[in-house]
Amino acid sequence: MTAPREAPAAREEYGKPLPQPTDVSQPFWEGARAGELRIQRCRDCRQHVFYPRSMCPLCLSERLEWVTASGRGKVYSYTVIRRAMHPGFQADLPYVLAIVELEEGPRLTTNIMAAEPEDVSIDMAVEAVFEDVTPEVTLVKFRPSEAK
Amino acid sequence: MTIRNKAAIVGIGQTEFSKDSGRSTLRMALEVVLEALGDAGLKPQDVDGVVKMGANDDIFEIDLLRSLDLPNLRFFNEVPHGGGAACGTIAMAVAAVAAGMADVVVTFRSLNERSERRFGQSSAGGAVGGWMQYNLPHGLVTPAQWIAIFAQRYLYEYGWTTEELGRVAVLCRKHAATNPHAMMYGRPITLEEHQSSRWIAEPLRLLDCTLDTDGACAAVVVSADKAKRLKGKSAYIAAAAQGTGRRAEMMTSYQRASLCRLEEAEATAKELYRIAELGPTDIDVAELYDHFTPMVLMALEAYGFAPPGKAPELLGEGRLELDGDTPLNTHGGHLGEGYLHGFGHIVEGVRQIRGTAVNQVREVRTCLVTSGTAVPTSGVILSKEPY
Ligand SMILES: [Zn+2]
Repeated sequence: MTAPREAPAAREEYGKPLPQPTDVSQPFWEGARAGELRIQRCRDCRQHVFYPRSMCPLCLSERLEWVTASGRGKVYSYTVIRRAMHPGFQADLPYVLAIVELEEGPRLTTNIMAAEPEDVSIDMAVEAVFEDVTPEVTLVKFRPSEAK
Repeated sequence: MTIRNKAAIVGIGQTEFSKDSGRSTLRMALEVVLEALGDAGLKPQDVDGVVKMGANDDIFEIDLLRSLDLPNLRFFNEVPHGGGAACGTIAMAVAAVAAGMADVVVTFRSLNERSERRFGQSSAGGAVGGWMQYNLPHGLVTPAQWIAIFAQRYLYEYGWTTEELGRVAVLCRKHAATNPHAMMYGRPITLEEHQSSRWIAEPLRLLDCTLDTDGACAAVVVSADKAKRLKGKSAYIAAAAQGTGRRAEMMTSYQRASLCRLEEAEATAKELYRIAELGPTDIDVAELYDHFTPMVLMALEAYGFAPPGKAPELLGEGRLELDGDTPLNTHGGHLGEGYLHGFGHIVEGVRQIRGTAVNQVREVRTCLVTSGTAVPTSGVILSKEPY
């Protein structure tokens, strides 16, 4: 699951919103930087949790641990953006915004890469790729799964 | 104790809706509050409560206090969650009146959304925190995009196409076309025009999205006892309620079990019908919040007018037309009249109860008004008579 890594833009040239990691979300962003999709799992109810938090939303346990997810999932829903409502995304048009449901259960917001928008569909199998967008930040994106 | 028919809307005010009001939001707020008070036969010194919608509005009770010289203000409150708050302001007013904490409560909305700050666009750059750190960096930045995610899943699960979305827009624009107050007065659309309008965020096209509007609306709430002594024709508040759903986020509740159901609206519906002791078949007119067409379909289902996934059939069968079972958005809604974040729906609901709407439905006894969806929301059921 290695993605082609283009030279990332310097932070000040990057015209899109960037995450501001917190103590709680830092491991997720560090994982992305390291090429891993890290999410939380509750040691008590064993459920996976996303987005990152300090307390399990299912059983209120504070015993959340970080695990590396498989990176495999399905497109739960998506939208094709053909008109940028934010100037930073103008050069990306058209782009696919998707909600991917991970094998482990949680859903996350992402982009589907390396596919024509027309090729994306709900329930399509996808796998994580990691895109360095600045020297500090890597975003977790997805592409159509190669495994059949 | 119940709040059923304990209070009434006794006065309404509304500016013209336009692309450029040419005046400040404060100026418009004062105009509509004075109009609503005059409509009720009340004066500024009678006002002792003000409830405003929280987000994106820069006029506060203190501005009304200062500008209208309100000497008796003792209850003031702000309802959160953008368009989800509109009927929530009425609910807070009812609560205040029923609890004896205020006698005359003004609620309002005043926006220069078209000429000053448009909500449908974003230029946020730099670092974002909170849960939006997982959304904005991917380019999920505007309400239309947030809603498109729900809409795509809805069409997929129930096997509908974007034509079903288009029928909502066509209906609202049809009603707006005969409403001189509407931004789209005299401008109905066809399904073909909907289908050929440009994509905003698939499956949403331009004609699936609300207009941006300059304008203001106000409503005055008093106790039912006081309403009977006032000159204006009252719309009794049979029920008012707020509702939430699990794992709620502001328009991005993608972690919840189903993206095809509006949990907040279902909760609000349940509470409204419980308080009013009514059900969906008792509703004569429905003014449902229509920021985006798919949310109207889901709201029709949440409020019990159709089973899950079946709302498009109501449109196909003409049951939401002015002469249908449940006429929908008789003023044209946000899609046709203009976008005052649900307040135009409240004002139209009062007119339908009074019998003074331009697209008046025959023999209206009850009207359901709902507020913004995909956020914590609210609704009211208005009644011609207290019962
Ligand atoms: Zn747990």
